Amino acid sequence: MLISDIFEETFFAVLSNKVRSGLTALGIIIGIASVVTMISIGQGTAYDISTKIESLGSNLLTVSPGATKVIGMNAKSATGSADTLVIGDADAIEEKIQGIISVAPEVSSRQQVIIKGSNTNTNIYGVTETYPQVKNVEIELGTFITENNIRRTSKVAVLGPETRDNLFGIGVNPVGEIIRIGSLDFVVIGVTIAKGGSGFGSSDDLIYIPINTAQHYLTGSDSVNNINIQVEDEEKMTLVEEEITTLLLARHGISNIDDIDFNIMNQADILDTVSEIAGTMTLLLGAIAGISLLVGGIGIMNMMLTTVTERTREIGLRKALGAQNKDIILQFLSESVVLTFVGGVLGILLGWAASSFVMKISDTTTIITTWSIILSFGVSAFIGIVFGYYPARRAASFNPITALRYE
Amino acid sequence: MIECKNLTKIYKTGNTETRALWDVSFKIKEGEFVAIIGPSGSGKSTLMHMLGALDTPTSGEYFLDGNDVSNFSDDELAVIRKKKIGFVFQAFNLLPRASVLRNIYLPLVYEEIPREKRYEMADKALKNAGLDKEHYNHLSNQLSGGQMQRVAIARALVNNPALILADEPTGNLDSKTGEVILDTFKKLNKEGRTIILITHEKYIAEHADRVITIKDGEIENDSRKSNQKKIKNIKE
Ligand SMILES: Nc1ncnc2c1ncn2[C@@H]1O[C@H](COP(=O)(O)OP(=O)(O)OP(=O)(O)O)[C@@H](O)[C@H]1O
Ligand SMILES: [Mg+2]
Repeated sequence: MLISDIFEETFFAVLSNKVRSGLTALGIIIGIASVVTMISIGQGTAYDISTKIESLGSNLLTVSPGATKVIGMNAKSATGSADTLVIGDADAIEEKIQGIISVAPEVSSRQQVIIKGSNTNTNIYGVTETYPQVKNVEIELGTFITENNIRRTSKVAVLGPETRDNLFGIGVNPVGEIIRIGSLDFVVIGVTIAKGGSGFGSSDDLIYIPINTAQHYLTGSDSVNNINIQVEDEEKMTLVEEEITTLLLARHGISNIDDIDFNIMNQADILDTVSEIAGTMTLLLGAIAGISLLVGGIGIMNMMLTTVTERTREIGLRKALGAQNKDIILQFLSESVVLTFVGGVLGILLGWAASSFVMKISDTTTIITTWSIILSFGVSAFIGIVFGYYPARRAASFNPITALRYE
Repeated sequence: MIECKNLTKIYKTGNTETRALWDVSFKIKEGEFVAIIGPSGSGKSTLMHMLGALDTPTSGEYFLDGNDVSNFSDDELAVIRKKKIGFVFQAFNLLPRASVLRNIYLPLVYEEIPREKRYEMADKALKNAGLDKEHYNHLSNQLSGGQMQRVAIARALVNNPALILADEPTGNLDSKTGEVILDTFKKLNKEGRTIILITHEKYIAEHADRVITIKDGEIENDSRKSNQKKIKNIKE
């Protein structure tokens, strides 16, 4: 059989039963469209999360007090609850460790904030002038906390945009206003630019004050909650992490690594973990959508089996006129492949439209990647071949005489 | 061209065995016009399937142009059918919802004849079968019985087969159209093709040069034209 003949036969066969072909293709269209959409949502979410993490600063190591190592049955004190980390540790890291750009210790505490009549509860961060550089914070209005503010233990505050909106109203310039944090008055000197995101870990609803002001007036100790370290480049992160561990173990006088009283979070590790989770999620979404693709494939097989039975006499005739088994297999296989192929193309277009729609009506980013298109295309062709093969094989196995006699 | 040696076909249905053909032996030379006649259920169609390489015998040998076809595989039989044999089926067996031309192309499709050549070959075959050009693009189910029969004959001719097998080709036709079809077969025979015609009507068998009579799967009589009178006498 010539290729053009196979196409002609397929064309006539598919068009001779438009409704049935259409419904069968619809099964594949829906299957492929949902795979494409689900994967695009999975990919988009992964992208959202990793940009969010990267927006918190690049090549970041964060040292926090407490240990996460579990020894025997007893978990040691939970992260952040101990006050084993002090400002001196940050100074030592800055002085002694090579390959770092900047060190930014922070102290945080939740306090009531009051301005004439209105009050709110928010996180107060005691930070140094290096903080914006390390944690990617930018200023919208006024200035950030300066070295001078720290040296003088000034009572100045920089507001997150959401806090500003809550206290003063949306878009108002609060620079120069006085706010009361706890029992002390602070002068607002700046507002940061919104980073987006909400809920836990929001970097928009908070107030920055000089670190020693926070230690002196709010926490009353020289311990810190975190020390953020920006490393020169990604390759040095593991090495710097090890050096800091050694340095801090020595400073804290710990000889047995099991007694460690701090832990270091490596941003690269977090990104790895997150992309692993996002990959699993994408796979899961894709697999759920894949079930509908499987159902579509079964629809193809069902239709092809019906077609083969209906056309038994035709198959007998073709064989009597000299069609070999491969000719019959090719003819019926091409029918199912064409149906899945057309369904696949339309399904990709529909999936594309659906994921743009999802992006439009919700905050979720969706990303259609070439590989997801190639994958769904491959899968639909594969389904056409797999689910079309059995009916085609069956058609070819007919005995010409028995088939010609079939009523 | 054709040689059957002790051809036997036994159908098994459950525990019962049907001897459709029993120990049939004969030879047909190239260019002969042979009629196979016999009552219903005598095994004519079974014999035609054997001769047309549509089926293999239970035992015995069948030589077509010197090849022992009896143990060929399905695909090898298909090749023999497409290269050497033209069938006219009793029930026409045209592709429904397909044009006359597409029906006639069908054997050429499996021979992988280039598309440009097909029209030429189809035209020649349709002329031979006596179908008017105006019907070429009609759908096969829009034709009259006689026209369908011509299309079926044209399809049997299109690949220039050496052997034409026709099973009750006039069965559904009035006697006048039947005569025209038989004349067509005679003409094709004069062109040098071997023709085997299956029928259960004597007046049709008389058109052939040789008549093989079968009964209960066995050959009862095999006579040339010269002594056809004798058969008549025996029958009556
Ligand atoms: N596929 C089959 N399975 C079982 N028995 C069969 C099969 N085909 C034919 N037979 C039997 O073989 C015998 C010969 O059948 P065949 O079709 O060759 O008869 P025929 O001479 O062509 O009859 P008719 O003139 O009515 O067409 C019959 O008894 C029939 O029942
Ligand atoms: Mg018969």
